[in-house]
Amino acid sequence: MKHIFKIITLLVAISALWIGLLQMSLVPRSHTWLLPIYFIVSLGCYGLLMVGIGLMRFPTCPQEAALLQQDISEANEFLKQRGVDVGSD
Amino acid sequence: MAAEKELKNKGGDKYSLIVPTYNERLNIALLVYLVFKHLRNVDFEIIIVDDGSPDGTQDVVKQLQQVYGEDRILLRARPKKLGLGTAYAHGLKHASGNFVVIMDADLSHHPKYLPAFIKKQQETGASIVTGTRYITGGGVHGWNLMRKLTSRGANVLAHTLLWPGVSDLTGSFRLYRKLVLEDLINSCVSKGYVFQMEMIVRASRKGYRIEEVPITFVDRVFGSSKLGGSEIVEYLKGLAYLLVTT
Repeated sequence: MKHIFKIITLLVAISALWIGLLQMSLVPRSHTWLLPIYFIVSLGCYGLLMVGIGLMRFPTCPQEAALLQQDISEANEFLKQRGVDVGSD
Repeated sequence: MAAEKELKNKGGDKYSLIVPTYNERLNIALLVYLVFKHLRNVDFEIIIVDDGSPDGTQDVVKQLQQVYGEDRILLRARPKKLGLGTAYAHGLKHASGNFVVIMDADLSHHPKYLPAFIKKQQETGASIVTGTRYITGGGVHGWNLMRKLTSRGANVLAHTLLWPGVSDLTGSFRLYRKLVLEDLINSCVSKGYVFQMEMIVRASRKGYRIEEVPITFVDRVFGSSKLGGSEIVEYLKGLAYLLVTT
């Protein structure tokens, strides 16, 4: 099944639930009418929250840059000895 | 690295490293040296697919062939820039290994992680081992806040919409079984880094076993991987394309 259909199915299921709620009037209708808006707002909040957490916990590795510089000078030395043109870096 | 010492050459596995290059004269020699340093007891070959670099990348590759042997370093050049996907397909045609590793030439993918890829594959029997920057032990260096923000945003969007089951969709440091890579390349049509995303999403949908190893990504050329408006549009198009076709 194409992925878009999975998502559509999910949305249809949620809509069905919502229409059911509207019909049964367990909660006041005015509240039920607002549910889709809550849904969209909470989806947006989820997205922002995930991006925020991702940014805060963004893994960085400054030590790797230093290690790479060591590797590069080691490689340059070896390659120069073997007559490989490593240019002026 | 500990992984390196424990690495055994099991059952005659051979690894073909495909490295597409364009104007990587300074980096390709460093990369080759580091690969040979970190893959000691492994049967491998490096296939360099150069897209007609005007900076003399191919001359350096020929010098490297003198040092390491023409059977270990294969130069399979193309006349001009023809795109990443076709570069892999081109390299694949010349690959004699049963596993293929794809990596960038600019040293943002460090060869010291290769033993971890191989070990992970041997332990799990996975069809694909993909390097990820976003799990413990991984990381990125050299990105500004804007770059991090777009990266996280793109990742959250892709995970919410596609449920790919892989943490790093746009990374391109990966090990594939050769047959799997052939299959995937034939079914992928995107370009640029959307291509990387398409490969891994299709692989996941096809039910190939995918494992992850942490890698660090050092961006040495500041601003080289900047994301402009057009890239973001391309990314969103790619996402929509994957939504309706996978």
